[in-house]
Amino acid sequence: MATFPELELSRRGILASGAATVAVSGLPQDDAQAAPSQTVKPVSTARVSFTVNGTPQKLELDTRTTLLDALREHLQLTGTKKGCDQGQCGACTVIVDGRRINSCLSLAVMHEGDSITTVEGLGTPDKLHPMQAAFIRHDGYQCGYCTPGQICSAVAVLDEIKANIPSHVSADLNTPARLSGDELRERMSGNICRCGAYSNIIEAISDVAGGAA
Amino acid sequence: MKPFSYERVTSPAEAAAAVARTPGARFIAGGTNLLDLMKLEIETPAHLVDVNGIGLDRIEPTPEGGLRIGALVRNTDLAADATVRRDYGVLSRALLAGASGQLRNKATTAGNLLQRTRCPYFYDTNQPCNKRKPGSGCSAIGGYSRPLAIIGSSDACIATNPSDMAVALRALDATVETVQADGTTRTIAIADFHVLPGKTPHIETALKAGELITAVTLPKPLGGTHIYHKVRDRASYAFAIVSVAGVIQPAGQGRIALGGVAPRPWRVEAAEGDLPKGAKAVSARLLAGAKPTADNAFKVSLVERTIGAVLAEVKGKA
Repeated sequence: MATFPELELSRRGILASGAATVAVSGLPQDDAQAAPSQTVKPVSTARVSFTVNGTPQKLELDTRTTLLDALREHLQLTGTKKGCDQGQCGACTVIVDGRRINSCLSLAVMHEGDSITTVEGLGTPDKLHPMQAAFIRHDGYQCGYCTPGQICSAVAVLDEIKANIPSHVSADLNTPARLSGDELRERMSGNICRCGAYSNIIEAISDVAGGAA
Repeated sequence: MKPFSYERVTSPAEAAAAVARTPGARFIAGGTNLLDLMKLEIETPAHLVDVNGIGLDRIEPTPEGGLRIGALVRNTDLAADATVRRDYGVLSRALLAGASGQLRNKATTAGNLLQRTRCPYFYDTNQPCNKRKPGSGCSAIGGYSRPLAIIGSSDACIATNPSDMAVALRALDATVETVQADGTTRTIAIADFHVLPGKTPHIETALKAGELITAVTLPKPLGGTHIYHKVRDRASYAFAIVSVAGVIQPAGQGRIALGGVAPRPWRVEAAEGDLPKGAKAVSARLLAGAKPTADNAFKVSLVERTIGAVLAEVKGKA
């Protein structure tokens, strides 16, 4: 049978990680046995009021609830997506008081009085936001899972350039921030697209911004 | 995530007092690192004191001609501040080289100083880690150590400090201002703020329990050419393998601080006298006593070459 180096490597990787899993699963037995006797801290709740897409909301939440889970599970605004849930993928990007953030890395109760915009608040199926229309026109997605985060991020990126916020690739810190393909690629690096629609995403954003990438 | 109670406070003194009186309490500001670690139960605070309502969000000139940066100034706002861009370019550049736009919009100046290591074994709760669980051992020593420290580490821990901002602050000789629960304030030189791991890698800073950072102060501008050169595994949104913060004067003297190689921003003032001699001489003195692993020995020559790139860039701009 012919062997392929890549296959051999990945088989070894799988074997190694399998062994590691077996090794560690034997470890925490003491903890498991001790668990029933531990005092379980009761769940804490807190009240929070904020505005989502123009609608005032009042919620009483387990303090552990992230803004992402509050939007999806409590307000049924499921446009915002949960990808990695640890701030690495950007699928959960929403705009809070004009700034894009990772809603997975923010506690809902910390948003008292804030104004939150999700993809549902940017446009509607009948009246798309120009960025949504551009993503369709330029095929800026394949599976679409990262798209709400990409679109929220892209809308905020154009505002950041207008507000003269520099980026890692800005050549001169002391001249106004400019729009270019390099700038957009750098500024959008917190939004991962597993399908790899990046070049079309940059085309779509450039189209809205009125410049060529 | 473990359950926790939550309160908002409206002044720095109230914040410090709230943490002091509640067992297991922690401050939360941007939350981008703390919340991530809470989800993994690496951090398990019983109570969170939300400091976002206490002010401390301004950047103001100091009487000495420097700049006082409030603890809650967001990374985005600090990097975009006109004075910082003009007079402390290395700080803007370091901030912009770190994280993503979304994270910089939330992350604060004080929180950035307190962010914890990205050592994979610190994050993997199935593995021993002296920083996460004192006395449990270090899985990184003899493990996958490519991204980890080559200097300043110990037999107990070889984790690196992940901050880019702190490397620039070290080159600029910043000062950290704090307040404690009894109202006492003090200043800590950035050189003394992060402590080496020794036998107690779970202790990372000079802060006392319940002590709150209120500001970071920069001395008056140094002039010169400001460069932050970050080498990483992808062009954006990745932690440093090696980074160099440089403030270089026209005659060739200057300051150099390193990121990605040590448990704290790494600067050796005595080595800077060798800057006019070139990267090889400076690098040799900066990394004297380095103890790299087989996996990260490449960082020694990468430091030299990155300093070389910084010095070449300075010449190109002259």
